[in-house]
Amino acid sequence: MKLLALRTELNTLRTTPILSVATESPAVKTFTLKDKLCAKAKPGQFLMLWIPNVDEIPLSIMKTEGTEVSVSVKQVGLATRHMHKMKKGETIGVRGPFGNSFTQKSSKALLVGGGTGTAPLIFLAKVLKARKKRLAFVVGAKTKTELLFMNDLNQICSEQSLTTTTEDGTYGLHCFVTKPVATLLAKQKFDMIYTCGPELMVSKIFNLAEQHRIPLEASLERLMRCGIGLCGSCMIGKYRVCRDGPVFDSEQLRDVKDELGISKLGFDGTRIPV
Amino acid sequence: MGLKQDSLGIRIAGMDLRNPTVLASGILGYTAESLRRVVEGGAGAVVTKSVGVSSRVGYENPTVVQASCGLINAMGLPNAGIDKFVEEISQAKAVVQSPLIVSVFGYSADEYALVAKKAVEAGADAVELNVSCPHVKNTGSEIGQNPKLLGEIVKKVKVSVQKPVIVKLSPNVTNIVGIGKAAVQAGADVLTAINTVKALAIDTEAALPILSNVRGGLSGPAIKPVALRCVYDLYEQVKTPIMGCGGITTWRDAVEFLLAGASAVQIGTAVALKDPDVFHAVSRGVKTYLKKKGYESIHEVIGVAH
Repeated sequence: MKLLALRTELNTLRTTPILSVATESPAVKTFTLKDKLCAKAKPGQFLMLWIPNVDEIPLSIMKTEGTEVSVSVKQVGLATRHMHKMKKGETIGVRGPFGNSFTQKSSKALLVGGGTGTAPLIFLAKVLKARKKRLAFVVGAKTKTELLFMNDLNQICSEQSLTTTTEDGTYGLHCFVTKPVATLLAKQKFDMIYTCGPELMVSKIFNLAEQHRIPLEASLERLMRCGIGLCGSCMIGKYRVCRDGPVFDSEQLRDVKDELGISKLGFDGTRIPV
Repeated sequence: MGLKQDSLGIRIAGMDLRNPTVLASGILGYTAESLRRVVEGGAGAVVTKSVGVSSRVGYENPTVVQASCGLINAMGLPNAGIDKFVEEISQAKAVVQSPLIVSVFGYSADEYALVAKKAVEAGADAVELNVSCPHVKNTGSEIGQNPKLLGEIVKKVKVSVQKPVIVKLSPNVTNIVGIGKAAVQAGADVLTAINTVKALAIDTEAALPILSNVRGGLSGPAIKPVALRCVYDLYEQVKTPIMGCGGITTWRDAVEFLLAGASAVQIGTAVALKDPDVFHAVSRGVKTYLKKKGYESIHEVIGVAH
């Protein structure tokens, strides 16, 4: 408790230059910043990024190295459109790292990522691999050009342990990620599933995990404002995604099954569809 | 002698609190589930986020910025509007055992009265009038800085509801006691002191104010001494029960407010600095204090520092 208090109090906004920008796909760029605190993040944690004069948004941490931290940003709205115009050397604000992290308790894990939700799983997979844990990775996107982090994935995974799907069949299997996940779960033994991506996907993967009685950890996304467990914007059931999450285990997910993949709070605090 | 069984229990304007810790408005409080979580964390009563006649999405981020020893926020009163929020109120009433206080704001006396009436009909045990939000135009502290207008609003709300009316005071005034008296004369049953202190944060690199709304309200340990002084001054001049609010994080803070004259304490920022269990921790500490000092109950501590 004391440690948490210290963390929130010391975790003030600081400004830092963008060190590099890499294009991952037509809609996704990865930004690398210098930030000692966030460089200490664990897989699953997130940071709050302030785009001066525009907005402040939560982003999953995708990579850390030395004193550097990377986040992948998909163009979806005003703030992310602005981000995409930003270049190396420009100043940006950062707070974090916030939230909990994946447990890394598995000995053989199945990782299931959809879209930019794959980012924290790449971070996790690298750590798991460094700790000599076995893993299989299923990654999906709508179409080939939207498949992210293929270079990283090919480095982390062997050919047999990586499954790629696209909804339009332009690359890998022509299906949703759920199909190969169901096949893998029927054929192989896993002791943990880690997942992140669109919430409908997460909720389907959770159902599969429940059917196969395999523990699962999912990183969830909600509208966030304060990032420190204060404002209540990111509630799911009794949990604050920013502080009690963003990673939730099977037991917690059972608690919130009325909302998972169904509803979230909007900017005015009313429930809206996910 | 020794500690009474219900040593922490306190009755304020007819509401029975099992302990004197109350969730301050604006923290969590959109949903029944989040309020239940806070009650499980030990809160003796909860205050919802402020609700108005119609929905508001609030300001763009950044809406919260960390300052030395506190937070500055300008959320912009995001809320669902009372007609939607009544669902959460009735649900909260069903799952929350502690008194449920609905925070209300409006742009006129009629609006305050209308929202308060609907909140009470949905199950609120009391309403707290937000006449002290420092960052939304034509409401909040713009009302709480004007004793005449404040009096009109309190009167109108008192006529429209049969439940206790709490008035949350702004510290951004020259004389908080004068404003407090005006509220009490108009019929306020309880005063909450204080709301946030109007504040600003600037980033040197960007050379810009950080909050999207520029100005916000400072909360947390930084404002505790200010809040304590306000409670102390009010206690000398008004008979109405006072809820102390501002930077309360530990049992010692809570006891200081009780000694200054508060009958209960509201806790907000500490939910972020610590966790929802902070209410349990504060209550436990207050109880230990009572025991150590040989008091039978919390009633004996209120106002002792005078």
